Amino acid sequence: MSQQGKPTVVVIGNGMVGYKFCEKLIAKTAAFQLVVFGEEPRRAYDRVHLSEFFNGKSAEDLSMSTEEWYAENNIVLHLGDSVTDINRKDKVVYSLHDVAQPYDYLVFATGSSAFVPDVPGVEKEGVFVYRTIEDLELMQAYAKIARKGAVMGGGLLGLEAAKALIDLGLEETHVVEFAPRLMPRQVDSVGSNMLQAKLEELGLQMHLQKSTTNILGDGKIDGLQFADDTLLQVDMLVISAGIRPRDELAKKAGLEVGPRGGIVVNDRMQTSDDHIFAIGECALHEGMIYGLVAPGYEMADTVATLLCQGEKLFTGYDMSTKLKLIGVDVASFGDPFVSEPDARTIAFEDKNKGIYKRINLSTDGKYLLGGVLVGDAAAYNILLQTVNNKLTLPPNPEDLILGSRGGEGDTGAGVMSLPDEALICSCESVTKGDICSAVTEDGVSSLEGMKKCTKAATCCGGCAPLVKDLISETLKANGAYVKNNVCEHFDFSRQELFDLLKLNNIRTYDEALDTFGKGDGCESCKPTIASILASLWNDVIAKQSTIQDSNDRYLANIQKGGTYSVVPRIPGGEITPEKLIVIGQVAQKYGLYTKITGGQRIDLFGAHVSDLPDIWEELIDAGFESGHAYGKALRTVKSCVGSTWCRFGLQDSVSFAIEVEDRYKGIRAPHKLKGGVSGCIRECAEAQSKDFGIIATEKGYNLYVCGNGGSKPQHAQLLATDIDKDTCIKYLDRFLMFYINTADALTRTATWLNKLDGGMAYLKNVIINDSLGICEQLEQEMQSLIKNYHCEWKEVVQNPELRKGFAHFVNAPREKDPQVKLAPMRGQVKAMEW
Amino acid sequence: MEVAVLTSVEWVLVCKTYDVPQNGGACVKHHDEQIAIYNFSRRGEWYATQNLCPHKQQMVLSRGMIGSTGDTCEPKVACPFHKKTFSLLSGECLSGDDYQIKTYPVQVVGDEVFIGFEK
Ligand code: SRM
Ligand SMILES: Cc1cc2nc3c(=O)[nH]c(=O)nc-3n(C[C@H](O)[C@H](O)[C@H](O)COP(=O)(O)OP(=O)(O)OC[C@H]3O[C@@H](n4cnc5c(N)ncnc54)[C@H](O)[C@@H]3O)c2cc1C
Ligand code: SF4
Ligand code: FES
Repeated sequence: MSQQGKPTVVVIGNGMVGYKFCEKLIAKTAAFQLVVFGEEPRRAYDRVHLSEFFNGKSAEDLSMSTEEWYAENNIVLHLGDSVTDINRKDKVVYSLHDVAQPYDYLVFATGSSAFVPDVPGVEKEGVFVYRTIEDLELMQAYAKIARKGAVMGGGLLGLEAAKALIDLGLEETHVVEFAPRLMPRQVDSVGSNMLQAKLEELGLQMHLQKSTTNILGDGKIDGLQFADDTLLQVDMLVISAGIRPRDELAKKAGLEVGPRGGIVVNDRMQTSDDHIFAIGECALHEGMIYGLVAPGYEMADTVATLLCQGEKLFTGYDMSTKLKLIGVDVASFGDPFVSEPDARTIAFEDKNKGIYKRINLSTDGKYLLGGVLVGDAAAYNILLQTVNNKLTLPPNPEDLILGSRGGEGDTGAGVMSLPDEALICSCESVTKGDICSAVTEDGVSSLEGMKKCTKAATCCGGCAPLVKDLISETLKANGAYVKNNVCEHFDFSRQELFDLLKLNNIRTYDEALDTFGKGDGCESCKPTIASILASLWNDVIAKQSTIQDSNDRYLANIQKGGTYSVVPRIPGGEITPEKLIVIGQVAQKYGLYTKITGGQRIDLFGAHVSDLPDIWEELIDAGFESGHAYGKALRTVKSCVGSTWCRFGLQDSVSFAIEVEDRYKGIRAPHKLKGGVSGCIRECAEAQSKDFGIIATEKGYNLYVCGNGGSKPQHAQLLATDIDKDTCIKYLDRFLMFYINTADALTRTATWLNKLDGGMAYLKNVIINDSLGICEQLEQEMQSLIKNYHCEWKEVVQNPELRKGFAHFVNAPREKDPQVKLAPMRGQVKAMEW
Repeated sequence: MEVAVLTSVEWVLVCKTYDVPQNGGACVKHHDEQIAIYNFSRRGEWYATQNLCPHKQQMVLSRGMIGSTGDTCEPKVACPFHKKTFSLLSGECLSGDDYQIKTYPVQVVGDEVFIGFEK
């Protein structure tokens, strides 16, 4: 008993599951005194998102709760102190730092450690495991001096570690796997091959069926030797060959452990001692260690419920997973491997796009048993729901993976057909019923609100799209008008604000805030309104510089270290030798790094803010204009060389690209806009990956719209066929203006179209058949934007008042920021690491 | 603005009011220190903080966007890099991180802006 006379629960381990156990117990009762020992120096953090540490998340960002939370809930937390001994007879645990803590109940949540195989040389410098923040810090430091890295293990975690090595900037990253294929436990062999091809595209080099016999090097690693006597030269190795449950303390205390590790527990998570429980990755249940967080949380809930005299048993858990590897979607759900004669299998493979999908159906074709998705896992959530809730399949189950093409809203309506018990967030055990009632009863209407109210989507985040769909579908079903407010200062969506500002002829941010908002504004509403005002009136944005996003305020993109980039417009990618020379001279004079961009022009990096006006003055004198690389505006219209030189060219694509780029330059939109013009169907300008793409035909041009590169590439769709140049421009005017008038802030055309009710058919009707009767107006609005074009940099260069805004120190305008540091690289400079 | 007499503070003239854009910030130099100074003209208030964003050690807070948050309209600045926000009153990070930035008292006399440094 504790001093307060409450029974004491001691938790060993402050990892994800140990923490979750405390949270669940506190939520149910205040009847226990909780004491937690954690071996790591910091509070429990989100290990699932550990890799985000390399993308700039700090240890604090990953933390699962605050110091205050433990204090508020009266939990005694010993950090950096591990339990070393247990006296089960007197019920006392002893720690490294000599704490003797009596307990009534003891919970093992000691997790696991990385399994390190017994290969000679594992102790060498440069060999790492991937489990804790400290491991990552060590890797990060070592990666600075390493060029080639390898990961031992091609499973879920190994691939994640490999991606991390790429992100750490290693020149070569290798994956060494003992099995003949990747992710053997989750994905079948066809899927593995597809995955391998995709990962090779990302730059990973695969070595399958390789068993490492020796880690070479004098004190520090310089290579790997394999059983087949081949060698691989590397100077850094991450071992990710599986996990080993941390059962050493349990074993010492005489608790039963499995032959291959793990603390043996029953369905109540009790160990061989009734007063001692084990949960998470250290627990061995029915011969199984669960290396995922969701089953661990379920175990935590089981113990918390039992301690409160509730009834709950843990009877195994689904091992469905979705790989978080950025760049390649991989998911496996239900039983991924079951095949004939126990199941019917439908598979779909597209080698060209690198997509493989397989679903396994019950022999009567009524139920989904499981499957594998590689290359496109968008359907993962709904398929998992279909398995877990034993939903009966539609008559054409192949639609599940082929998709009933172009049918938006399908997924939305789909979620409403799930039963109320359907587990939507498996990490936090939140059901569909919980989510719908939070909307209906507690008035929750946003994902953020739902996270606070039910904790759904707060852990791995995989269910966030489903949760969002459920919120908006429930709102719609309740007859509510689904709102999408800009921020706390305006109770309006971007579209509503756009209309309000237009109707009321509002020209400044302050007027907008005084008339329609409250408070003093923020970093969300200021740039949104700045963009709306620019789209409406195309006024000089530098006049209201402090409401612009940083890049728009300084008319340049800010880089690591605080310098800026300079991107002059080079319409269609065509440039004269004279102008090329000027760019070279300017770069030399101001010490800038030059690079040809992916948009067929030249970017000059590393400019001091105080040099920007001088640099632009020289460029403008030579006939250049702003390239708007910093704005949500037209970027480039990419061209191929076309009929002027190319033997296949059908039309003069360069001239047309220049004409289009000049027409729309400077126009502000909800997001950036890119275009392309190809001289024939070979499509060398990649026009179909752009917001608008024009491809020459024998008779004229085909016009495509709403394509996107970026992280979710999407091909543009055909809007009109064989049209002449004037019609093409007319449709483009209408299309662009319609997008500008109706899209949400920061929504590219592709996403806008995906959300547009009626999709492409509707868009065609509006743009070509004028179904809304607004085409004339759209054309006029576009005309007035074009008429108001000005080069923003020219305005600044010619205006001493505006120029003043580009000093780093206002009280020492000629002095540069002494903090800016550049490092040499291949004869030029680069920004210093941050 | 009221002129408080604080003996332990040295007031240094750093710039003119018109040097700092309305509802925005600018950076001033005092010996080797870089200080971000904000002209919150919408509220008729002035604030000053360190110019260094503690997240990635970048000298940029003066180029951030200012605004307010919550029912109390706590004044804040958002770093241009990753939009972490900081209270202009307490220097506390408002985006849930443990960062803390330094704040300085500001006085405006006529068109002259003074920052108070601890002696
Ligand atoms: C310089 C360049 C890379 C290069 O060295 O080639 C580049 C650099 C940046 N890109 Fe890009 N992108 C560049 C071509 C592209 C392309 C390729 C293309 O345009 O053909 C794409 C994919 C095509 C597309 O946009 O659909 C591309 C997709 C992105 C995205 C993702 C957009 C999306 O819809 O998902 C971002 C992020 C964003 O805009 O929110 C981005 C954002 C950025 C930013 C602005 C990030 C930032 O805020 O600092 C980079 C800074 C540029 C700078 O400092 O000047 N960049 N970026 C290319 C400049 C092209 C130009 O001349 O303007
Ligand atoms: C890089 C990476 C990516 C992952 N990705 C996913 C994913 O996408 N999906 C998923 O479901 N899972 C994923 N996992 C697995 C997930 O992180 C684990 O399942 C989860 O952390 C298990 O929680 P736990 O509390 O059991 O163990 P842990 O989080 O390991 O916590 C155990 C804690 O106990 C401490 N401890 C051990 N012995 C003692 C002692 N004697 N005294 C005091 N303290 C002790 C340890 O130091 C540790 O802090 C990933 C893991 C890693 C490393
Ligand atoms: S798209 Fe056609 S015209 Fe253009 S370069 Fe390729 S082949 Fe030539
Ligand atoms: S550097 Fe300021 S928020 Fe990241």
